[in-house]
Amino acid sequence: MSRTTTPLLEMRGISKRFPGVVALNNVSLEARPGEIVALVGENGAGKSTLMKILGGIHQPDAGEIRINGEAITIHSVNDSMRLGVGFIHQELNVLPNLDVAANVFLGREPRFGGFLNLIDRRRIEAETEKLLKRLGVDVSPRAQAGDLSIAHRQMIEIAKALSLDTRLLIMDEPTSSLTLAETNRLLEVVKDLRSHGVGVIYISHRLGEVTEIADRVVVLRDGANAGTLEREEMNHERIVQLMVGRDLQHVHTPKTESVQPDYFVVENLRTRRYPDKPVSFNVGRGEVLGVAGLVGAGRTEVAQALFGVEPALGGRAMLGGEELKVSSPQEAIDNGLCLIPEDRRNLGLITSWTVRENTTLATLTSYARSGLVDFAAENKAAVEMSSKLRVKTPSVETPVSQLSGGNQQKVVLAKWLLRKLKVIIFDEPTRGIDIGAKSEIYELINQLAADGAAVIVISSDLEEILRISDRIAVMHEGNLTGVLRRAEASEEAIMRLAVGSQYRGR
Amino acid sequence: MKKELGILILLVVLCAITAIMNHRFLAPENLQNTARLIGAYGLLGLGLGAVIITGGIDLSVGSVLALLGVLLSMAIRQWGVPGFAAVLLIVGAAMGLGWLHGFLVARVRIQPFIVTLCGLLFYRGLARFIADDETKGFGDAVGLERLQSLATGNLLGVPAPFVLLIAVAALMWVLIHRSVYGRYLFAVGNNEDAARYSGINSKRMIASAYIVCAALAGIAAVIFAFYTNSVSPSSHGNFFELYGIAAAVLGGCSLRGGEGSIVGILLGTALLQVLQNLVNLLGIPSSLNFAVMGAVILIGVLADQLLKRKKGKA
Repeated sequence: MSRTTTPLLEMRGISKRFPGVVALNNVSLEARPGEIVALVGENGAGKSTLMKILGGIHQPDAGEIRINGEAITIHSVNDSMRLGVGFIHQELNVLPNLDVAANVFLGREPRFGGFLNLIDRRRIEAETEKLLKRLGVDVSPRAQAGDLSIAHRQMIEIAKALSLDTRLLIMDEPTSSLTLAETNRLLEVVKDLRSHGVGVIYISHRLGEVTEIADRVVVLRDGANAGTLEREEMNHERIVQLMVGRDLQHVHTPKTESVQPDYFVVENLRTRRYPDKPVSFNVGRGEVLGVAGLVGAGRTEVAQALFGVEPALGGRAMLGGEELKVSSPQEAIDNGLCLIPEDRRNLGLITSWTVRENTTLATLTSYARSGLVDFAAENKAAVEMSSKLRVKTPSVETPVSQLSGGNQQKVVLAKWLLRKLKVIIFDEPTRGIDIGAKSEIYELINQLAADGAAVIVISSDLEEILRISDRIAVMHEGNLTGVLRRAEASEEAIMRLAVGSQYRGR
Repeated sequence: MKKELGILILLVVLCAITAIMNHRFLAPENLQNTARLIGAYGLLGLGLGAVIITGGIDLSVGSVLALLGVLLSMAIRQWGVPGFAAVLLIVGAAMGLGWLHGFLVARVRIQPFIVTLCGLLFYRGLARFIADDETKGFGDAVGLERLQSLATGNLLGVPAPFVLLIAVAALMWVLIHRSVYGRYLFAVGNNEDAARYSGINSKRMIASAYIVCAALAGIAAVIFAFYTNSVSPSSHGNFFELYGIAAAVLGGCSLRGGEGSIVGILLGTALLQVLQNLVNLLGIPSSLNFAVMGAVILIGVLADQLLKRKKGKA
């Protein structure tokens, strides 16, 4: 941990721009042998892009990367592997159909038998056993990977990295799917790696873990370095401050008090992902409830349960005083609910279909007589709705795959606006959408609420949440950690609840 | 529409070649017989098309033909069920099997290939067992003339099965290309999740396609049974599902689902039958029959692929 050693990794002045966005602007990051550097920031702050550059998936537009003091360029994951950089991704790359040893040595199995090219099972099992012992994992090298827990699969990946003689290990949200005990075990392993001189870059939203193990915290915000804290200056408060940073001028249109605060009430809703964490909240008529939280906080699961995609395990939802029975999207829609899903290309649209066909998909029976589609009526509805939402398309007969993200999202909205809606759930409504279309969608959200719907907007974009919400519910790992009124909401207040550093009642 | 045009041209060219090389092709008798076969096989193709549009497959059709053919003969000849009642019974039984396939695919979520492969084996075995492995028929079909004419008769010189096919195809065309049901069927086949998120009951849609397919197979079973007048339970209908699948694929259905057209399936069926006729008339050894069919389908799909790629580049 001495500061005199050559850094394992130096990234200096890294910039990367994608069409329309500056993802990284002059970012620097350093890691030394035997040091744990935590990399934190809001969703979209640039952590992933920075690591993708290190993994050779993206090439930087500017800046240099040095490993052990030597300037290098990385073109592929293999390049970085050869340089001693290992990655543990959030989504594990373990093949469930192979056993542990086969996974650890996948792609570089020791061979024998000449042209027969047989795998030296004995050797890979023996070496895997050694690695697992070093990590303190009690798993047989012959165990089927698919039968193991997430925590153990993660250990397989770490074992694989070690077998590659990794000197710098990048861990992306390694504890997001682990239990508390598993997390503690993993932290011990990470500390042990440190004591063996391995450098670790630890990406996490969980500030508790960060302050426990990190020697240094590097905070990114909006694609730039927001600051660095040494071990002795680290605490939640300061990290959150750096993550949020700027003072925002809120562009909020104040709304009249909601007429019916208990219009849409959710009580003790339990989702499959977080079966023992019931969630309760309410949304008034004409109100926009923002739902903030970090990726994986369970927000999408709540939305999918309400919409009947993945029916809730328990709890109930009341609309206008009557209990809703929803076990499929169809029933949800019949009750006046709709969900604008985050993954619009796979869930919101049939991308090879035209604007017209997508627009009318949820209302087709209204343009049909005795089961036959009245094309003139269908066309009229599609044309009207497209022009009302200002969908930029050559015609309604254009496949939606040819439209921009913002216009695709408008088509999804058009599909629902043809119905009479009581509750509208948006899941990341403006992800990947340019600024112009964004403000149009905000206007629409406002308009829908003003017309008397209960609107729920799930978003990881704090600026967006603050801009459009009347109240803000914050989730952390399946718990609803707080509901903030407009007056008390700030990025810092939300972030504190989102990282789970403070619980408060509703 | 372009795809149908391509296969129509291919069909016309094949007919022209055959007609030039052997003038018997245009003889009324030959045309009639070819049309008769197009009628019977076309029904299978239309049903399979509906299933394929949902992204599924039905391999059991041939065995269903055998089982239902045996049952039809036994119902009429051995159990004394009146002819038309027996036909209704057969079509009803077919729909029951279709419902079962749909249930297993859509509800139980077993892959369609596996469900219907098991059907292929099971129904064939059942047919042989019920019939004691004996060939069943209708003898001289005394009292069954009207039913028999469904298969072997003509209407103003046009074979009855062909007339029936045109009528069914017209109905299917409206259903597939003009109705809400058809739109939903394509939606489910194209992107089941997006369809579900739009409130479409995707399970019911998928199951219904298997029922439609089986119902048409039931009607075809009656025609084939009377056409051959001898249902040998071990060979009757063998490979017939593959003719249907081939016709649907030639006609532009994608096995990935979400694509296909009724006109295309009709043209695909016609093409396959003309091809068989060509093999016979041009004196090509009939043992090469399948080889010719396989080659033509491969070339057709390959040409389509190449055209698509060219279009994609332009």
